Amino acid sequence: MSEQKKQSEDELLEKVTSTEYKYGFTTDIESDTIPKGLSEDVVRIISAKKNEPEWMLEYRLKAYKSWLEMEEPNWANINYTKPNYQDVIYYSAPKQKPVLDSLDDLDPEMKKTFDKLGISIDEQKKLANVAVDIVMDSVSVATSFKDTLAEKGIIFCSISDAIKDHPELVKKYLGTVVPARDNFFSALNAAVFSDGSFCYIPKGIKCPMELSTYFRINEAGTGQFERTLLIADEGSQVSYLEGCTAPMRDENQLHAAVVELIAMDDADIKYSTVQNWYPGNAEGVGGVFNFVTKRGICHKNAKISWTQVETGSAVTWKYPSCILKGDNSIGEFFSVAVTNNRQQADTGTKMIHLGKNTKSTIIAKGISAGKSDGNYRGLVKISKGATNSRNFSQCDSLLMGDKCGSHTFPYIEVKNNSSKVEHEATTSKIGEDQIFYCNQRGIGTEAAIALIVNGYCKDVLNQLPMEFAVEAQKLLEISLEGSVG
Amino acid sequence: MLQIKDLKAGIEDNQILKGINLEVKAGEIHAIMGPNGSGKSTLSAIIAGNEDYEVEGGNITFNGKDLLELDPEERAHNGVFLSFQYPVEIPGISVSNFIKTSITEKRKAQGLEPIPTKDLLKMMREKMELLSIKQGYLSRNMNEGFSGGEKKRNEIFQMAMLEPKLAILDETDSGLDIDALRIVANGVNKLRSADNATVIITHYQRLLDYIVPDFVHVLYNGRIVKSGGAELAHELEEKGYDWVTKEEDKKWA
Repeated sequence: MSEQKKQSEDELLEKVTSTEYKYGFTTDIESDTIPKGLSEDVVRIISAKKNEPEWMLEYRLKAYKSWLEMEEPNWANINYTKPNYQDVIYYSAPKQKPVLDSLDDLDPEMKKTFDKLGISIDEQKKLANVAVDIVMDSVSVATSFKDTLAEKGIIFCSISDAIKDHPELVKKYLGTVVPARDNFFSALNAAVFSDGSFCYIPKGIKCPMELSTYFRINEAGTGQFERTLLIADEGSQVSYLEGCTAPMRDENQLHAAVVELIAMDDADIKYSTVQNWYPGNAEGVGGVFNFVTKRGICHKNAKISWTQVETGSAVTWKYPSCILKGDNSIGEFFSVAVTNNRQQADTGTKMIHLGKNTKSTIIAKGISAGKSDGNYRGLVKISKGATNSRNFSQCDSLLMGDKCGSHTFPYIEVKNNSSKVEHEATTSKIGEDQIFYCNQRGIGTEAAIALIVNGYCKDVLNQLPMEFAVEAQKLLEISLEGSVG
Repeated sequence: MLQIKDLKAGIEDNQILKGINLEVKAGEIHAIMGPNGSGKSTLSAIIAGNEDYEVEGGNITFNGKDLLELDPEERAHNGVFLSFQYPVEIPGISVSNFIKTSITEKRKAQGLEPIPTKDLLKMMREKMELLSIKQGYLSRNMNEGFSGGEKKRNEIFQMAMLEPKLAILDETDSGLDIDALRIVANGVNKLRSADNATVIITHYQRLLDYIVPDFVHVLYNGRIVKSGGAELAHELEEKGYDWVTKEEDKKWA
């Protein structure tokens, strides 16, 4: 490589690390915040603030007690200073009128936030045919399209509303896929979650629009603990999308969410995530700690498909999983995980095959740039009774520059001999020959990288609903601006 | 159109081109022939702007511009096209998407709006016909799983779409069977005009049976050691490169 070329690549790499985070604004709205720290009292306060029934408080207290006995996991290939859990604010709600009759009653500052995020609620209503639930800090602040959905018997609301209005459903399903005791972060979430989305699709109903939740951390020093519970009854279908952003802050913010999906017999759930939490600055100061437990259960002939495009967070610890309990059920995981600067990600999936003839597909694409570290960790477990089951896994890593790292940790356990598991893995760099080829065709280096990366991620991006695929593509371009391998 | 004066270039400390002089005018077809390792591909790489090579002396002007001052993409925007000897795969990017990006970027550099997709598709279909390319080709990923012949045809297809002023065909004939060779040559001939020029780099004479050059140059040891008309190619085919190289070796011994 010539000196000149080396130099220009260094400059480009420099530029990557100075790419600004677009969503780093804060919103100046009054909020109702409780003192920091976690105790039984805090759990009681949260529950009381939300006017929760007794059973919910008990659930939380039980989870809190479990959490006290648990230790923060450290098996992941990530390095971070463990948060001081007594230094986090566990509840912060934007102050607003207790009941919103219409979206026009929203705090104007909050409305501005939504506009900055590119979610104009009115526009969404008119054009995109997407129902949106917005969670700011810890509380769900607006849900659109409620009435249209209600006509079909679909329930789409904040989990707080669901606890009040549909206690029988919440009681029946909450914590059945991710028990409070499942892990350190799920126990923490169960104890202190303040809001999130709830969705129920009745038998045989195909949800007529995309459902979407937008998560936003705003208040300084707050943790965000959302809880999402999605139930697709027999033969129903739903596509659900979540997006996440946060302001730029020097201190790390804690995000520990739990998502539970239940796909009854013949149901079909597609769950897509475009995660763009603040990743911290080029030196690794600030950014969101993202410790998330996502899991779905498939009954007979059901299908759950996870798609995620992850470009944000300082630290990511996340393994959206499928329990393929019913015979002939299908689990899918499509993931693009980008790390840049000092970001660290340990992410992947778990496919637990219990039923006969169950099938799972894993397509994981990692992209590492800057001084970041990207890890894929996945488990494929085929139990004795899961005869004739199949798994196909493909884990690819793309490296940009020579200061980043990428690792793949696949775990495979097969307990019968009629099943078939395939695993493919590749690691590559964007070739200088590819870039030169594009250059020769008039495509500049920046555009060439965007093109090559999009091609690399195509199998995953194709899984996203159309309008979000475009958004995800732009996001990839922004987060990798200027990186040359 | 293209003037190369006393071009000296190489890779690291190894000088490959030792003083090339060449002039190509609009409407002309030049063939550069020579044995392996004579510097043919180096010359094409330097014209296209491959930064793996270092220019140590001399200059290249293209329509009055100092070509060596331009980035590879700027050279492309100015109408320089290289048909690669080894076309590169770009997984996940369809031929149509790639060409659309390429044309859009070129137009952007010229301050023009993108061509409407409908018109672009129409143009693609016309050019596909010109090169006897089958349906379904546009949605295949760039060079992924292409045979050697398909890759070369894909290069000429891009050339047809981009309508360059100067096209350099680097060993386009290698890997082509006789039918494909005829189709590619036919395409090149049809694209020929009084405004554009073509430089064909080849080891063998056979492509020149189909595309008749105005000038033939023999490149050996980093220098053009012999130039002539189309008949020179036949003479080389008959007598072999030894005919020229022995004489040359004597001169520098």
